[in-house]
Amino acid sequence: MTDLTKLTIADARKGLAAGEFTAVELTQAHVNAAEAASKLNSYVTLTPEKALAMAKHSDEKLSNGTAGPLEGIPLGIKDLFCTEGVRTTACSNILDDFTPTYESTVTAQLWRDGAVMIGKLNNDEFAMGSSNETSRFGPVINPWKASGDEADLVPGGSSGGSSAAVAAHLALGATATDTGGSIRQPAAFTGTVGLKPTYGRCSRWGIVAFASSLDQAGPITRSVRDAAIMLGSMAGHDVKDTTSVDIAVPDYEAALTGDIRGLKVGIPKEYRVDGMPAEIEKLWTDGIDWLKSAGAEIVDVSLPHTKYALPAYYIVAPAEASSNLARYDGVRYGLRVPGKDITDMYEKTRAAGFGDEVRRRILIGTYVLSAGYYDAYYIKAQKIRTLIAQDFAEAYKKVDVLLTPTAPSPAFAVGAKTDDPLSMYLNDVFTVPVNLAGLPGISLPAGLSAEGLPLGLQLIGRTFDEETLLRAAGVLEEAAGFTAEPSTWWRA
Amino acid sequence: MSVDEKTVRHIARLARIAVTEEELAPLAKEVSSILDWVEQLGEVETDHVAPMTSVVEMEMKMREDIVAHENLQDQVTRNAPLSEDGFFTVPKVVE
Repeated sequence: MTDLTKLTIADARKGLAAGEFTAVELTQAHVNAAEAASKLNSYVTLTPEKALAMAKHSDEKLSNGTAGPLEGIPLGIKDLFCTEGVRTTACSNILDDFTPTYESTVTAQLWRDGAVMIGKLNNDEFAMGSSNETSRFGPVINPWKASGDEADLVPGGSSGGSSAAVAAHLALGATATDTGGSIRQPAAFTGTVGLKPTYGRCSRWGIVAFASSLDQAGPITRSVRDAAIMLGSMAGHDVKDTTSVDIAVPDYEAALTGDIRGLKVGIPKEYRVDGMPAEIEKLWTDGIDWLKSAGAEIVDVSLPHTKYALPAYYIVAPAEASSNLARYDGVRYGLRVPGKDITDMYEKTRAAGFGDEVRRRILIGTYVLSAGYYDAYYIKAQKIRTLIAQDFAEAYKKVDVLLTPTAPSPAFAVGAKTDDPLSMYLNDVFTVPVNLAGLPGISLPAGLSAEGLPLGLQLIGRTFDEETLLRAAGVLEEAAGFTAEPSTWWRA
Repeated sequence: MSVDEKTVRHIARLARIAVTEEELAPLAKEVSSILDWVEQLGEVETDHVAPMTSVVEMEMKMREDIVAHENLQDQVTRNAPLSEDGFFTVPKVVE
């Protein structure tokens, strides 16, 4: 039998329907691969028994003609999604061994459609990070290595477990979340496809909250079609999340027509930042040429407030995080450190439970929301956000999608940026504006750096127009013809 | 430096996170470097710009004010570090 972990979701679905292999066989292959990849540290909890029970159930449904759209497809789930009866920690000590008594809406929809859970995936603590080095379970290691160099590289973050597991074939796809680039940047660092839907497209209910006006769930996969398939199951209105939109979920796969003749693609000049590596400039130019050859019209556009997106984000996101994380008080769930009175208990619990980056952001958020600073920082940042959204709205009067690089560099070495928060934050320079404006964005692998590491291109779409975004991404994927794979050095 | 050690002690207290005396100076430096960096937003003229309130235009949804879930005491307290008879327990708050 062929290696079942090499399949895409679309191929696996075909093979299962044709009876070429069973869901149990497909799941077992991924359980085996995941168990042999502990060096990558991408899974924080493996659930092989649950996976095989789910797969067995899928085989029954496949044989009696009641299979769902994701029947028997093994997925990894970011540890930010609450999973009933399976420990969920957001990779923070403060959640200790929290075991939800309920299921997040997004994962519930995946199981409804037949998907199988292999386990829970590592991420930066509370999704705060761009390298997956702030997790309580330690860093995730990128399956990719620079040519001729054994140094461990980061898989991007915060969804680094998701990106590494998909790149290393430890799941056919994974759930992820994106607050400032946490789906797209790790996808770019690992040669995978990462789709951040429009804010409100997927329910946030049951996902551990970081910054509620920015957080959005989406898939990481190995093809654009797979991203479309997963989004179809993840998206949809949910009465339990008032910010989820009550509009029909389109057939995203049907959007992959391969035809972008006449599509207007904007190239924002402000993304040509100082010090951008020549190979990323070149990749961007290649992307422009590919879309042009496919019949798209290239239009230069300006997003004048781009340079203010990152500093505005580092006010808004910590402010919302400081409010959201107030709930971790040692009373209702998670860690508790005893104290001499209730305040002492709160303070000791939170000091012991939060890691350095999370503490830093809570302190910044508390400061910018505190009396006397609220207008100067928080309101100012929300005004900048309005300007950034207006920039995009102006651009979308002229174009249908925007094309940019996903990240300013390929994957870097573990430990390279941990002592300098600001240099870490700069990783998200091309992805953060998209979250501030609530838009959908997708990263797909488009080439290799000089050291043989994957590089990503980002497409940004109009609000709730994931279909056009996916259509353009499908054409770009085809033209880029990215087939490189990391060597399997991690196998036990 | 925009934030001194005294301010860090104050915001840590507001955030209910214990910090040691030794941590104050490095934290003041870290927080200040980030706040100094966001100061660049001052360059942008925003006097006549409305702050964003909702990233995607939508009307606030209303629902009937009815109990949808009840008798979940066991589920709600199951993950509590300390609970008794279906209640959360905390150190004495009222003297």
